Amino acid sequence: MTRDTPRSTRAARLLTGGPPLLFLLVFFVIPSLIMVLTSFRFPGEFGGLAPVTAPADQAAGEYGFTTEAYAFFFSDTLYARVFLKSFGVALATTLACLLMAYPLALLIARSEKRFRNLMVLLVILPFASNFLIRVYAWAIILGPQSALSRVANTLLALLGMEPATLLFSPFAVLVGMVYVHLPFMILPLYTNLEKHDPALLDAAQDLGARGWQRFWRVTWPLSLPGVFSGSALVFIPVLGMFAVPDILGGTRDILIGNLIKDQFLGTRDWPFGSVLSIMLTLAVLSVASLTAWFARAAGRTP
Amino acid sequence: MALLEIRHVVRRFGDYTAVDNVSISVETGEFFTLLGPSGCGKTTLLRMIAGFDLPDSGQILLDGRDMVGTPPEKRPVHTVFQTYALFPHMTVADNVAFPLRMGGRTQPEIRERVQHALDGVRLPDFANRFPHELSGGQKQRVALARGLVNRPRLLLLDEPLGALDAKLREEMQIELINLQKEVGITFVFVTHAQDEALALSHRIAVMNRGRVEQIDEPSRIYGFPRNRFVADFIGKISMMEARVVEAEPSRLRLEVAELGEVVMAGRDGVKAGDRGVVAIRPEQVRISRPAAPAESENHFPGRVHDFLYVGDVTTYIVELSNGARIEALLPNASPGRATFFEVGDEVGVSWRHDTGIFLDD
Ligand SMILES: Nc1ncnc2c1ncn2[C@@H]1O[C@H](COP(=O)(O)OP(=O)(O)OP(=O)(O)O)[C@@H](O)[C@H]1O
Ligand SMILES: [Mg+2]
Repeated sequence: MTRDTPRSTRAARLLTGGPPLLFLLVFFVIPSLIMVLTSFRFPGEFGGLAPVTAPADQAAGEYGFTTEAYAFFFSDTLYARVFLKSFGVALATTLACLLMAYPLALLIARSEKRFRNLMVLLVILPFASNFLIRVYAWAIILGPQSALSRVANTLLALLGMEPATLLFSPFAVLVGMVYVHLPFMILPLYTNLEKHDPALLDAAQDLGARGWQRFWRVTWPLSLPGVFSGSALVFIPVLGMFAVPDILGGTRDILIGNLIKDQFLGTRDWPFGSVLSIMLTLAVLSVASLTAWFARAAGRTP
Repeated sequence: MALLEIRHVVRRFGDYTAVDNVSISVETGEFFTLLGPSGCGKTTLLRMIAGFDLPDSGQILLDGRDMVGTPPEKRPVHTVFQTYALFPHMTVADNVAFPLRMGGRTQPEIRERVQHALDGVRLPDFANRFPHELSGGQKQRVALARGLVNRPRLLLLDEPLGALDAKLREEMQIELINLQKEVGITFVFVTHAQDEALALSHRIAVMNRGRVEQIDEPSRIYGFPRNRFVADFIGKISMMEARVVEAEPSRLRLEVAELGEVVMAGRDGVKAGDRGVVAIRPEQVRISRPAAPAESENHFPGRVHDFLYVGDVTTYIVELSNGARIEALLPNASPGRATFFEVGDEVGVSWRHDTGIFLDD
């Protein structure tokens, strides 16, 4: 049975929910529709799009709508492989972030209250400087002349192995990705862990649970909602990221992000770029809904 | 040998002494209560018994063994926390099974004992619920079942009924007594509610500012409080400053300033000239129209200052000629209030020579 909502409540809902909905409509739904339309068009001769109808002075040529860009996407396994690689990088980044962020978030959540805010501030402090500058800094740190590279290669030489280049490698991309996204994992984890009732750990210990048992049976399951939201906040942006592989990955280590960027800014094949974008959006949406489903199953309790 | 022996335990926080030279011994099967006002150190003492905290000096022995090096998870002691501390992500059954799993019991044994424990707290059909789907009283019972299921040597209960409403509290008190009798596990129960302590316990330790003031059976705590604090904290009592005039083994004769002579039963260690207070419980005071007193009673004239009707009884507060106020209790046996006296009425109060208490601290 549904009850009539008083008009004032309805108006309030419209007022509070309206602007964000409008924002999503203008900046997400409409652009997505434009992208879908674009993906069914022909590329223009000098980039952009070919006109839908043939101009009067030019009888022959490719005009109108087509599924050619989709056919092209599926014609070569190259693109599927780039997708797969991007997923791999995103997964590895997420796991590395989780492994590094969890102990830190736990440390912050369990330290004295007056230190917590300071520690959180330190976590978000890197955002104060420009993103590209921070990534370029890694290019210097990992570069062949850097102290890090020299130490690494001296060690390798001592072990009788070939010198390695750190920069322009999958390793460099992973380091950059983890570095950039770590705070997005720490913050939701901390927010979750900070809310845990310390009496639960006392109770577990009182009832016979040793250190690791207390972690696996109490802290970890209760932190799953934080783990899922942190993972989503890392996984999804990494999937579309092009700046980090551009700067740290060199030419071989391109990901979907780079591919899409190239279609629009380099090759100027807008329809194919749109197809790649749509595929990425679909992939992200399915990952997000899968995560939400897992999170709901794991976090049935408040 | 006592099951739990606390010897001269001291615990300080900075220069504040939260537990001050406490010695208590608890026998197997006993329902022992720590009673005292908020902040007197009950929880601090309990945490040391459970192992979450260590004494600065003194010893805690369980079955004669010093517990100092034994962490909480290894002590055969379980706690029912004031906030219940049920695991929110586990069902009732999993919560109750937790100590059994930690103890490495087999699956069939766990299933059987969980069911048995839930039957014991009258929640046989709640196994698959989550804690947030339970009422306060039900959570309380799950916490009890969880604490008892692995049959600890000792169960500690830190104000477990504090969060319940009055009616449910009374129900749970009766259930607690029965449950303790049934399982035969030793309980150390913490409360700041004196009625609860009197109703539940075999013995009570009354605490004040980290010290134990008196350890005794409920009836002795109530009837023979050792000092002013205990007398005042347990039940209602009226007190007047007095000086001992004559001390015989069988009776004391006291002088109350500006009032007269009070006679009461004798007490060891009291001699003529001692100063202290006479204390008298409201139910021992008779209130009447001014009349000739009986020979065996203390009797004083006074005026009704106020009265309090609480249903089963009416408490009268009578002001005596020296300004002291004495409470007298009159049961309301017939319907309505026993409206014998109104504010301002001239009345007499009296109590028998063998009833009052002399406290000389
Ligand atoms: N970790 C601590 N650090 C400093 N002081 C503490 C600490 N724990 C307890 N205290 C102090 O010790 C005293 C006794 O505290 P405790 O919690 O044992 O009281 P309690 O008798 O359980 O009171 P309540 O009935 O309110 O629970 C209090 O004054 C408290 O402020
Ligand atoms: Mg307490």
